[in-house]
Amino acid sequence: MKTTMNGIAAPEKPLLEIRDVSKTFMKDGKEFLVLEKVNLSINEGEFVCILGPTGCGKSVTLQIVAGLLEQSSGSVILDGKEEHGPGPHKGMVFQEYALLPWRSVVENVEIGLELQGISKKERRRIAEEQLELVGLKGAESRMVHEISGGMRQRAAIARALANRPKILLMDEPFEALDALTKEEMQIQILKAWEKTKTTIFFVTHDVDEAIFLSDKLCVMDINPGRVKKIITNTLPRPRHELVCRTDKAFCEMRDQIIQLYSSLKDEELDLVF
Amino acid sequence: MAKQKDNKGSQEMTARLADRGFYLLGVVLFMIVWQIASALKLFGADFSESFSPLAAMLALFEMIKNGELIHHALPSLRRVLTGLSLAIVVALPLGVLVGYFKRIEQLTYVVFQFMRMISPLAWMPIAIIIFGVGDVAVIFLLWLVAIWPLILNTSHGAGRVSPLWVNMAKTMGAKDFGILRKVIIPAAVPDMLTGLRLAVGVSWIILVPAEMLGVPDGLGYFILDTRDRFRYDQLMATIMAIGMIGYLLDSANRWLIHKFSWKM
Repeated sequence: MKTTMNGIAAPEKPLLEIRDVSKTFMKDGKEFLVLEKVNLSINEGEFVCILGPTGCGKSVTLQIVAGLLEQSSGSVILDGKEEHGPGPHKGMVFQEYALLPWRSVVENVEIGLELQGISKKERRRIAEEQLELVGLKGAESRMVHEISGGMRQRAAIARALANRPKILLMDEPFEALDALTKEEMQIQILKAWEKTKTTIFFVTHDVDEAIFLSDKLCVMDINPGRVKKIITNTLPRPRHELVCRTDKAFCEMRDQIIQLYSSLKDEELDLVF
Repeated sequence: MAKQKDNKGSQEMTARLADRGFYLLGVVLFMIVWQIASALKLFGADFSESFSPLAAMLALFEMIKNGELIHHALPSLRRVLTGLSLAIVVALPLGVLVGYFKRIEQLTYVVFQFMRMISPLAWMPIAIIIFGVGDVAVIFLLWLVAIWPLILNTSHGAGRVSPLWVNMAKTMGAKDFGILRKVIIPAAVPDMLTGLRLAVGVSWIILVPAEMLGVPDGLGYFILDTRDRFRYDQLMATIMAIGMIGYLLDSANRWLIHKFSWKM
């Protein structure tokens, strides 16, 4: 039985189910299979990382869940209902932040609430609460071009959380950041996750990042993109206090994944020759 | 330390003053060359004197004092601003739709590119047949010249909005209308302002010939009037006034662009 940091039993009910999702793209009049029958389920409150090399379709999977791409077959079920199209109940965090440069930080966080017609006073209150959660208190009125990449991504996370989404989808969110900021952001997102208990579905190609963050790791294979292995991560939480990246358990998990990666590479070579 | 700072500050100030000075110097040099050319009678033995900047400036002061300049500048400004306002009302919404919806862009592309290449003055006879001689025909021509830069710049701005922002808005629950209102329109504001700057420029240029269409006042009318009265000094003064007002209008636009364009 999985337990949270408080030692309370977590409900093991699948919040998100990806069932037999395949995706083909047309290129030069030919069909390309980018995803083949991906199956994955994510429990409520879980932090799941999807890990794989470039071209494995991990971002495509996330975008299908977000509703920004449509699957060729299969279904995405969130909270018992089949999903079609995007919406504020699925918070999305993009690698390139996607903040609107003509808006201040707090106005960016408010945009979803604005679109849902929430009153100005109420949305300002919610936005400020979210900004405090991600450690951006005091930067509310700054413009986007005045703040650092790390701060921008915090604002984007606050923006997604402001809609109180059922699930937070993160598409390689820390890839554009420098190494130090990246580690800081990993701790930040874990803290926000522990406070909000939001379910997180996180795409990355960084093995350490995936191990550090996740409860469950979904390792993807390429040509075509498919699930290679799902690994349960039992490292203790809170990670930023109890786990060090040089710990034995951490290294063993990394070795296990890198082994999977190397077999991925071999297969790729087989295909090339 | 404080002294160093002072030094740096005063250096910056000197540099700024030098920049200003050179702008001014350009104007002064232009006036000197113009004055010399008049003195050498390069514009013809009979007219060179009244074409000189000194004569023009004296006439300009006279026209400011006796109210003639205001009497003709105000109707001109009124016509240009009316034409522009009507153009904005039509062109900005249309430009946004053309930029955002691919099918509308395809429907309008050839027609717009074709229409914008026609000088509005070519429509002059038609404008007079339809609207008669007077304000409405002039305003129609000004409107016709102002809409193209507004439509084309707005649609360009609305069309090149980052798909990332559009996707973001979708994940925030926005449908077409929300995307237009929260993303496309604000993103296109700098392009709209560029369009406005171009529209003001061409309107002001077309104003003069348009006001030669039989209206009883305006700067274009006054050019013909001074000619008929052989007041070439006043004609030069009117030309100067047209240039100056045009410069001021453009400066106002540059200020708008500076003030309302977002930075990445």
